[in-house]
Amino acid sequence: MSQPSSPGHHAMPPASHDAMHEHQGSLRGYLTGFLLAAILTVIPFWLVMGHAIANQQVLILVILALAIVQIFVHIVYFLHLDTRSESGWNMMAFIFTAVLVIIVLGASIWVMYNENVNMMPMAPQYQQHPISHQPTGKQASR
Amino acid sequence: MLEAMPHRAAIWNFLFGRLTFHSFPFLNADTEGRILLVTFFVVVIVGLAIFAAITKYRKWGYLWREWFTSVDHKKLGIMYMILGTVMLLRGFSDAIMMRAQQAYAFGPHMGYLPPEHYNQIFSAHGAIMIFFVGMAYIVGLMNYIMPLQIGSRDVAFPYLNNLSFWFTCGGALMFMTSLFLGDFSMAGWLGYPPVSELQQGPGVDYYIWGLQLSGVGTLLTGINFVVTILKMRAPGMTLMKMPVFTWTTLATSGLIIATFPVLTATLFLLGLDRYVGTHFFTNGFGGNLMMYINLIWVWGHPEVYILILPLFGVFSEIVPTFSGKPLFAYSSMVYATIAIMILSYLVWLHHFFTMGSGADVNSFFSLTTMMISIPTGVKIFNWLFTMYRGRVRYTVPMLWTMGFLFTFTIGGMTGVMLSVAPADFLLHNSLFLIAHFHNVIIGGVVFGVFAAVNFWFPKAFGFKLDEFWGKATFWFWLIGFWVAFGPLYILGLMGVTRRLSHFEDPSLQPYFIVAAFGAFLIALGILSFIIQIYVSIVRRKQYAVGGDPWDGRTLEWSTTSPPPDYNYAFIPMVRHRDAWATMKKLGFTRPRDGFNDIHMPKNTAMGIVVGALSFACAFGLVWYIWWLAAASLLGVVIASIVHSFNYHQHHHIPADEVRRFESGGPQAAAQGASA
Repeated sequence: MSQPSSPGHHAMPPASHDAMHEHQGSLRGYLTGFLLAAILTVIPFWLVMGHAIANQQVLILVILALAIVQIFVHIVYFLHLDTRSESGWNMMAFIFTAVLVIIVLGASIWVMYNENVNMMPMAPQYQQHPISHQPTGKQASR
Repeated sequence: MLEAMPHRAAIWNFLFGRLTFHSFPFLNADTEGRILLVTFFVVVIVGLAIFAAITKYRKWGYLWREWFTSVDHKKLGIMYMILGTVMLLRGFSDAIMMRAQQAYAFGPHMGYLPPEHYNQIFSAHGAIMIFFVGMAYIVGLMNYIMPLQIGSRDVAFPYLNNLSFWFTCGGALMFMTSLFLGDFSMAGWLGYPPVSELQQGPGVDYYIWGLQLSGVGTLLTGINFVVTILKMRAPGMTLMKMPVFTWTTLATSGLIIATFPVLTATLFLLGLDRYVGTHFFTNGFGGNLMMYINLIWVWGHPEVYILILPLFGVFSEIVPTFSGKPLFAYSSMVYATIAIMILSYLVWLHHFFTMGSGADVNSFFSLTTMMISIPTGVKIFNWLFTMYRGRVRYTVPMLWTMGFLFTFTIGGMTGVMLSVAPADFLLHNSLFLIAHFHNVIIGGVVFGVFAAVNFWFPKAFGFKLDEFWGKATFWFWLIGFWVAFGPLYILGLMGVTRRLSHFEDPSLQPYFIVAAFGAFLIALGILSFIIQIYVSIVRRKQYAVGGDPWDGRTLEWSTTSPPPDYNYAFIPMVRHRDAWATMKKLGFTRPRDGFNDIHMPKNTAMGIVVGALSFACAFGLVWYIWWLAAASLLGVVIASIVHSFNYHQHHHIPADEVRRFESGGPQAAAQGASA
């Protein structure tokens, strides 16, 4: 029922040593990543400088979308995340983190938006300029 | 006088920041001062007595070598349990002071505590009970048991484990220092702004830096445990063959990694508001104090599941052991744990239904809150079905489990009542809420810790705890809990709000007197626990046991009690769930020869050094002693760099020594007989 122990109390099984060296990436991979990242940076730069999209909100959304794509480029080509590294635990940890970040950010924005709408019925000029150093009535009461 | 000599005042300010002779509240000639003076003298006398005793019996070297610098997960686990017990006494003193005040302060009687002192007491009580009692206890249990259960010789990062303990200890020390030097936060256990931003003096800063220290310690522990479980399980132990306690440790550690950074960031922003005048949580200048409440509960709700999940694991070990059969529906237990882990991240808004998010937001969080009771219910039924038609032995751990099932289920039901958002508009901030969360935290976490201590104490020390005093502890706690918090449920339904130091309506007084009597019963429970430990130590020869005193089912019962430093001479091979139960059935015998040298981590003083420096840094920040803060922070950085160049972190336990321990000595013999 028992087997002789290996001397290292935290010696890892040989399989995971292989796994660690397997995904170090190649020059080709790094170059592909670099190229993709550069392109994904140049496009939003051009969008802003060239005034390619007139609608401000659409512009922001497009830039955000490109940023998210770039996050994945970094993760795949530079951090070598795939379904095999560390027998899938890296991918699992990544998905877990992503889900939690989406929950926390998304729900916080949702909650705070609703609270602002419900609890801060202010005149429009204050909503436009929340960071105002003029002594408005609100700050005078502090 | 200092004003008359500006030069000397400037030097004083540089050396001691805002620390003056007026910072010692026990020198004040008011009631608060007198209470603190008595406490101070008791602490000094007890402290000197312990110091003298250790010096007289020449135990400093022993403590330093065997405990303070130890990287052994078992010793660190025991030190966490001792820290938790010491802090339980502190937190409970706060509790009994509040109960006494509320039982007395009616109409013309203002009670013995002025409001600003009372506010500090309830803030300290809550924060201490969660961070330094609950967290210390669960981390202690996980530290001791989890590596044994997975057949490992230590955790993945033994030095980090020691460092985590000293961070936690430093945080606890910050809270204790605030008792005699300066004051403490009056902003409740979560330090809501604007109160926590407007309070002058060091009180809130003690709170912030104490929690930052212990928060870092807890986060490092979480990382350590996840890596240990994923990387260091005995060969053959697949995830679905892990004991349930190990599963819940994994889930809790995952939650720690996911949420403690949120706490650190939120407190950091609060600190920036207080120290450098930013406006993250003020209502003017673009800040929003509701964001603090949102963020602190993003951490705060998972935190209560961090506390309770390991205890669910404890009950999942105790019930099968004392029912003499495997756990009912192991897989559903695992999936329920994972479901609770995910869902606990989706319910935080139920702590502020009344803040005005509107019906759609409230309904969403109301539904998720109700949903989380489903996996919890699954667990309750699993434990009941495990007991069903089993040969149940009513030992002390089993009594605590029964008390837990009864108490926790009722606490869960009042929780579902609170999850109904419209009902919460009536119950929010009332004593009903206070009764509810004490119902689940005492009924779940505290009962679970006592069950676990009675269950694993023989493993840790080689002798059982006294049955009679164990049962006395249980009954005092169970009855005391209901006498103390039953009246609070009723008062809460009548609309009495929390955190009041004085009442006008004399018709409420009988309820508070009953509640105070309940707190007295709980005090007897704590006393019985201390007597239980003392009596058991005195009779340790009589109560001595072998490696497997309860006919256990998991791997930790296959080694000696207490286990050797290296836990297992041979790493066990796991083929089934309940590995040790199967090994016993197949007639396993301990190997007597063929031992190898065992490679183990060496003790290091760096953990306690870095912990002390971090404490000094936090202390400097609290009192604006900037040179101390800067110097000790630099010290932390230097110590960390120096430690990373230490290449002698391991040593070998020679095979001969292993053989001597395994084949000789009374413990090994007793182990052989029982196996």
